[in-house]
Amino acid sequence: MNDAVLLWSYLAQEPLLWLTTTLVAYTISDWAAGKAGRHALANPVLMAVILIALVLWVTSTPYATYFEGAQFVHFMLGPATVALALPLYDNLPKVKAALVPMIAALFAGSLTAIITALGIAKAMGITGETLMSLAPKSATAPVALGVSEAIGGQPTLTAVLVILTGISGAIIATPMLNALKITDWRARGFAVGVAAHGIATAHAFRINSTAGAFSGIGMGLNAVLTALLAPLIARLFL
Amino acid sequence: MTSAAQPRIWIAFRAEIGTDPHMIRAISILLLFQLAGESLSRGLDLFVPGPVIGLAALFIALLIFPKLAEVIRVAANGLLAHLSLLFVPAGVGVIAHLGTFGTNGIGLIVALIVSTALAILAAVLTFVLFARLMGQRHE
Repeated sequence: MNDAVLLWSYLAQEPLLWLTTTLVAYTISDWAAGKAGRHALANPVLMAVILIALVLWVTSTPYATYFEGAQFVHFMLGPATVALALPLYDNLPKVKAALVPMIAALFAGSLTAIITALGIAKAMGITGETLMSLAPKSATAPVALGVSEAIGGQPTLTAVLVILTGISGAIIATPMLNALKITDWRARGFAVGVAAHGIATAHAFRINSTAGAFSGIGMGLNAVLTALLAPLIARLFL
Repeated sequence: MTSAAQPRIWIAFRAEIGTDPHMIRAISILLLFQLAGESLSRGLDLFVPGPVIGLAALFIALLIFPKLAEVIRVAANGLLAHLSLLFVPAGVGVIAHLGTFGTNGIGLIVALIVSTALAILAAVLTFVLFARLMGQRHE
């Protein structure tokens, strides 16, 4: 008994345990998503997050301890973002042909994301710091945090809103775009990348490689546009 | 280990890693571009994150040296195939910080979901409209 406690207190502090937990939780979630026929609601990221949160809650492990182990997975986001250059390069002829639709869709999506988020939240009585934290929610996390700070938001709250935007975008996109009978993978991928950054891009790659490539471009371009537009638009909602 | 056994082990080892002989080179290339991106982003105080600059730089490098594509292909596609996994640690952080929502929880969630759906709609419809105006038939 005592040995088990000692073993646990050792393992609970080691990166190995939480790194393994992260991979196992994701493997289970991905398997479950497959069993559910890749239904939109059976999102593997969401399921893995809930599963791990339960384990942390049951073992009363603080997030900081968990992240000691999980940081190795988190770290790979950087090289994975750089790796998006390859599908972009592979799809070069398609990208060149779609330059005008992409730029138009980028402005439409980026403006809609910022204005409707601020408008709806303000109509529901949200103001000040909390409202400002919502403005850059569709941009990829590092950009959104920087923008939030610059316009008087709360970066921690923005981080939460950004992740939730990604997960909701990944869940909403497929049923909504199927209902609208949009079959152009370029348009579908690009739109989810603009509106719901990397998490939607990850989702797009699972469905179609062209959609994934265009989603990556949408994410990259909206990172830049949100940084430029959000501070200007946010002023109108102060 | 006897010298006779060595080649067989070596062959087995080669077969094991044989799926991607460029793995280490590929990861080095991705990390070097990220490092260059981070240095530029921080050094010049740009608002664009380092990995996004690294993406743009690698894309330009691929245009100049097309052979680079085959070196990074297996590793890059491997990473991108499991992109969802990489968001899990940050996602768990969301649960830890749900308290930051305070009393505005419902308003924030409604604004976030409706706005994300509208942004997808606006972008996808604009894309399709402009593609049609340009007389493109998608594949």
